[in-house]
Amino acid sequence: MSAYIDKIKEISNRLLKESKVDMVIGFRKGTVPMMNEPCFAKTPQDVDNFVWDSNCGINLANYLTNREEKIGIIAKGCDSRNIVTHIIENKIKRDRLVIIGVPCKAMIDRHKIETMFETEIQDVIEADDKIIVKGDGFEKTLNKSDVLQENCAICIHRNPVKHDEVVGDPVEEQKDVDRYEDVRKIEAMPPEEKWRYFDDLISACIRCYACRNACPLCYCHTCFVDESRPQWVGKSQDPIDTRTFHFLRAYHCSGRCTDCGACERACPMGIKVRRFTKKLEKDCLDLFGWEAGMTLEERPPLDTYRSDDPDEFIK
Amino acid sequence: MEYMGIEPGRLHFSWISSAESTKFVDVVNKVTAAVKALGPNNNYLKTMAKVA
Repeated sequence: MSAYIDKIKEISNRLLKESKVDMVIGFRKGTVPMMNEPCFAKTPQDVDNFVWDSNCGINLANYLTNREEKIGIIAKGCDSRNIVTHIIENKIKRDRLVIIGVPCKAMIDRHKIETMFETEIQDVIEADDKIIVKGDGFEKTLNKSDVLQENCAICIHRNPVKHDEVVGDPVEEQKDVDRYEDVRKIEAMPPEEKWRYFDDLISACIRCYACRNACPLCYCHTCFVDESRPQWVGKSQDPIDTRTFHFLRAYHCSGRCTDCGACERACPMGIKVRRFTKKLEKDCLDLFGWEAGMTLEERPPLDTYRSDDPDEFIK
Repeated sequence: MEYMGIEPGRLHFSWISSAESTKFVDVVNKVTAAVKALGPNNNYLKTMAKVA
């Protein structure tokens, strides 16, 4: 990890000193444990704040939308795929970017760790593959592999797909991962059970839209939930309004979602938001053989027409 | 939609040309019959009281 940090600082410093970029977007330590925050370094001094550990789960592609400056950006596998998606959707120009790739060693799940302890966690230290959690009167060592973010545990694209600089050797990609076990389980339920399942899943939702705000895909100038003329969806916490929000948001992300997990990480209530987006991600793979953000050369399936597009559902 | 819990047979898609009147009638009859067989969809009723 410290080798990564040194390299990140070295590259960022060089880019800023040589005026190759106006700023570098990376991470700095957050004010609470396990919550690193985005950091926009505009001078070589700012670069000293940069960190890298297993709490860098925020997707930095989110901060690129419609920017004009020349930007250096730290990118994990998923960030790099969202950067590709941003370029395809004309939200940023490739020649304005210097992508600093970080072969990702997976992020830890703050929700999972928080629920393991009854009192407040004051410090979380990382040492190789162990996570040491400290609080008032307790200290516990966990295996990192037991507390990974769910999307990281099933990730098959840890290395950045596009990068101009890279901070380390590629990590080994996971093979033979069953990515859709949870989706298949839901698909197998009868309709009433599915309905109940999602009712339970979103019952805690407070409609704060943190999932939407953390998502690099959700860059609409005015989101459909904020529109009032016409008002597409009720703004209350009625279960059907909440459900409409979650399902429509997921639809907007279909063929674009990289399963980066930013939505789930951002949720203050610990709702498994990826249960919605993952189904559409699976369908895109099954029906179109498409994984979002892997290439700049191909248009996504939802904005191209092919005569062999599946159409069995049209009678 | 079925993933969310909408019953199969409640949602229909069809491609009908403006010249295909008989197909239109046929499809409408089939859709209404299928939906009637499923009964009313109460899932979409709002349970919370309306305020203001």
